Amino acid sequence: MRVCSVLESSLETKKRNKLDLSAKLPGRLIAVEGLDGSGKSTQVYLLRRWLELGGYKVFFTEWNSSSLVKNTTKRAKKEQLLTPTTYALIHCTDFADRYERQIYPLLKAGYIVLADRYVYTAFARDGARGVDRDWIANAYSFARPPDITFFFKVPLEKALSRVLERKPKLKHYSSGMDMGFSEDPYQSFRIFQGKINDEYVKMAERFNFITIDGSLAPDIQQREVRKIFLRMISLKDFKLKNGLNLHLPANRGKP
Amino acid sequence: MSAKKFFGSGLPGVDLSELTGKLIVIEGADGSGRSTQISILHDWLEKAGYATTMEVGLKRSELIGKDLDEVKKGNSVSLSTLSLFYATDFADQLENKIIPSLRAGFVVLADRYIFTLMARAIVRGAGPDWIRGIYGMAIEPDLVFYLKTSPEVLAERTFQKSGALDYWESGMDILPSQDVYSSFVRYQKIIQKTLLDLGKTYNFTVINGNLPPLSVAREIQAKLEKALAPARVDTHS
Repeated sequence: MRVCSVLESSLETKKRNKLDLSAKLPGRLIAVEGLDGSGKSTQVYLLRRWLELGGYKVFFTEWNSSSLVKNTTKRAKKEQLLTPTTYALIHCTDFADRYERQIYPLLKAGYIVLADRYVYTAFARDGARGVDRDWIANAYSFARPPDITFFFKVPLEKALSRVLERKPKLKHYSSGMDMGFSEDPYQSFRIFQGKINDEYVKMAERFNFITIDGSLAPDIQQREVRKIFLRMISLKDFKLKNGLNLHLPANRGKP
Repeated sequence: MSAKKFFGSGLPGVDLSELTGKLIVIEGADGSGRSTQISILHDWLEKAGYATTMEVGLKRSELIGKDLDEVKKGNSVSLSTLSLFYATDFADQLENKIIPSLRAGFVVLADRYIFTLMARAIVRGAGPDWIRGIYGMAIEPDLVFYLKTSPEVLAERTFQKSGALDYWESGMDILPSQDVYSSFVRYQKIIQKTLLDLGKTYNFTVINGNLPPLSVAREIQAKLEKALAPARVDTHS
């Protein structure tokens, strides 16, 4: 006990620091949320381009992309090994890795971090799968709430048709086939997206989402997004010291 | 027969009243004699006619058991991530091995359970409520035996077996010392204290792991006989 007292007291401090989510950080965190087909990826891409071309410190991260966890998730999905609980946990692990290695350090370093989907995606999907909502909220409780969460709201039918008109090959989990909603993948997808949509609508007020009408033209939406962004964030604090951002993407990541 | 309980929020779609088997957990550090005890118990239980499962432990899930070794090889994994990786590994075993075995009326002998994972996370700075909340999905064991073994004995047994102390079991990721032996002893003391604290909440049966394996086994068996249907064990022992 005597031996460990120094370590223990230093760990006490660490605990407190880690859990203090309200402490002000120099960076800013912006999340976009919405159904598949809501247009949120396009909007966050345009926001990112605007900031990068303007020479600001910006970092972009997307859901389910941790290199540490990716292989496991891929195999688990392919072999259909996941239950609602392990699906929730593996995605939380993925998020934790990105949060601890990228999101949090970059916020401390004064970056604008743009997140294509954040914890609310997990709340919506896991909630729609019947996982206990308090349990999942606790699992993600190490993560700070975003400074702004843009929620791209579109009528369910519109989001569905935007996705389904391309006749995609629907995946087992993203179409909710694991839940046995329907034998038909397209029908299952409709049901599952409907449940996810209900979850989003319930969360919008509780988590202070800023709702953007995703049925408007993309440039109109983007004008609105930038206006709100500028109202809440003082851009001049995020200027890169050496001028231009050299890591300009030649192409957008995904449609 | 006492009904099974979840520690917290539990799992969706599980009817606890169907789980008629027994969940017996052996906790203890590497070198505390866990696997020896499990193997002795396994024989003892099967001799007495109990169907027994012993495929449960850390890093043993089909889902990510092997991936965890890869993850721990690199030094880039941080606290919450590693804790959640282990929680996923545990949940997979809970849903696919432990619960089906309990439903079939088996005795499940678990080579460690959530407690080592909680202790490791807590000493590395995780919020105790956070980690406890995550393991609210777990089922309360019928009995938890903690093989409390002195760090010096653990070190000696580890040296005998593999010739070197493990990086993680020596707490090299959190302790400042470069001296592996001192780190090992210090880390094991911290873990032991944390586990004993958890043991008060979670009702551990503490067994002296410094004793020879057969004495430890006799002590465990005496306690187990009470928990299992006594008549069935007595006729065969």
